[in-house]
Amino acid sequence: MQNKIEIKNLNFFYNEKQVIRNFNLNIPANKILSVFGPAGSGVTTLLRSLNRLCDLSPEARSEGEILLDGKDIRSPDINVTELRRRVGIVFDVPTPLPMSIFDNIAYGPRLKRKKKDGKISETVELALRQAALWDEVKDRLTVPAMSLSGGQQQRLCVARVLALKPEVILLDRPCSGLDPISTAKIEDSLTELKKQFTIIISPHNTQQAGRISDRVAFMLMGELIEESTNVEVFKNPKDQRTSDYITGRFG
Amino acid sequence: MKKFKEKLSGRIFLLLALSSISALVLITVFIFVQGLPIIAKVGFFKFISGMEWAPGEGEFGIFPMIAGTVSVTLGAALIGIPVGICCSIFMAELAPEKMRKIFRPAIQLLAGIPSVLYGFCGLIFVVPLIRDYLGGPGMSILAGSIILAIMILPTIISISEVSLIALPRHYKEGALALGMTHWQTILRVQLPAAKSGIVAAVILGIGRAIGETMAVIMVLGNSVAIPESILDSVRTLTTNIGLEMAYASDEHQQALFATGIVLFVIIMILNATAQYITRKKHSKTQNKRKSNETKNQTADR
Repeated sequence: MQNKIEIKNLNFFYNEKQVIRNFNLNIPANKILSVFGPAGSGVTTLLRSLNRLCDLSPEARSEGEILLDGKDIRSPDINVTELRRRVGIVFDVPTPLPMSIFDNIAYGPRLKRKKKDGKISETVELALRQAALWDEVKDRLTVPAMSLSGGQQQRLCVARVLALKPEVILLDRPCSGLDPISTAKIEDSLTELKKQFTIIISPHNTQQAGRISDRVAFMLMGELIEESTNVEVFKNPKDQRTSDYITGRFG
Repeated sequence: MKKFKEKLSGRIFLLLALSSISALVLITVFIFVQGLPIIAKVGFFKFISGMEWAPGEGEFGIFPMIAGTVSVTLGAALIGIPVGICCSIFMAELAPEKMRKIFRPAIQLLAGIPSVLYGFCGLIFVVPLIRDYLGGPGMSILAGSIILAIMILPTIISISEVSLIALPRHYKEGALALGMTHWQTILRVQLPAAKSGIVAAVILGIGRAIGETMAVIMVLGNSVAIPESILDSVRTLTTNIGLEMAYASDEHQQALFATGIVLFVIIMILNATAQYITRKKHSKTQNKRKSNETKNQTADR
């Protein structure tokens, strides 16, 4: 099994507060990894540090190594813009840009197009199909993205990331505000997408982690408690804290 | 008894609130009552397009003043808008927190400086510079534009900055996550999204430039003539009133009030436009939310 991302001794601070402690994790390619834990465990920070969106907070500081295909993304010669195209992210709230549906998706590809990519409209259609949104919006691609429902907006955000043809997709509680039907649609497309991408998701509950992931990592207070296959963690957790959390004894 | 007190205090507050509104109404009525007769006598079109302003001889044409106001305001806008918008982008997006803490109160202070001091500085520094290096009398459209541009900066900067800061955080994060650079994010996502606020800021700034009197009296030279170059001296609508009100009487005084009517209407139109733009944006998002809700409901069924 090939590792797409290797995290070595990662420590992360906001000012004096440490939110990730001595974190070590290998993330295999073309699998869905669920990272979960109670609120404040550092899951969001972990995801955001994988494409350096954390850099936006001036008080953030980190130590350690995050290797993407063996290269440290925290080294100064990394092009952050390029990195963010390789490691796409979907946030916990839908974040459409103030423009039309089509432009929302076409925006990323337009910024950096190569001849061989083909027509932009084909890229947009493919992305929308992959995110299971095409059938609902194909007749109204020019309307503002804000006019879509919450679930549609979130799938639009997934499509927007897919259109960039990233290598890794981060999903930070992507279904937190969504109804079960939209959630199911997103989960279905994720299972389909892992053939092409490495997917890291912070699920919004343990059931979701159980449904879609190949591997599961449990975090608590910024530490990795355990990481293993889906079946292993849920059926046979090694750590008492993991089993307490899964069975609902706390959290 | 308690009920009576409640009612009484309600009435008192209403009365006080009305007094500020009534000031507006009284001023409006007063200006129009004083100014309209002369407009009626000269004829509206002739009044605003007339080239001659000779109150002693009964010639009341304010076209040179309108031309003066337009040219000075345009100059101030050309200088002040780019500087102001760039400054607001810097403050909202680029400046480190420490610098912002110094800049923001400094810019607010700029708004608090009495306009006569702006005029004084213009007269002492800007006018001689123009006279020495560009020729002409120095007191000119250019001098007025420079001074006004500085005066409208605080308005443009603070309103634009607020509308940039008020943007949802996810616009920026979403754009950056798409692989846009910080500059692309500012130019293609944040500026377009804050457009209505920035346009309102510009309009209010222009309104302030049109209404300014004291500073421009001191640097414009105030000659009643159609300007041919930016180095020419002009007179604006406001300075026309400011200069002559002290000794005007009868028809002359009425003509100055009529000048005030023209000024008043221009400012009203500008302010209404600014309000319309900000409100339109507001109702648009509300409508969207409403239509979203109905859509979701139909989808649920």
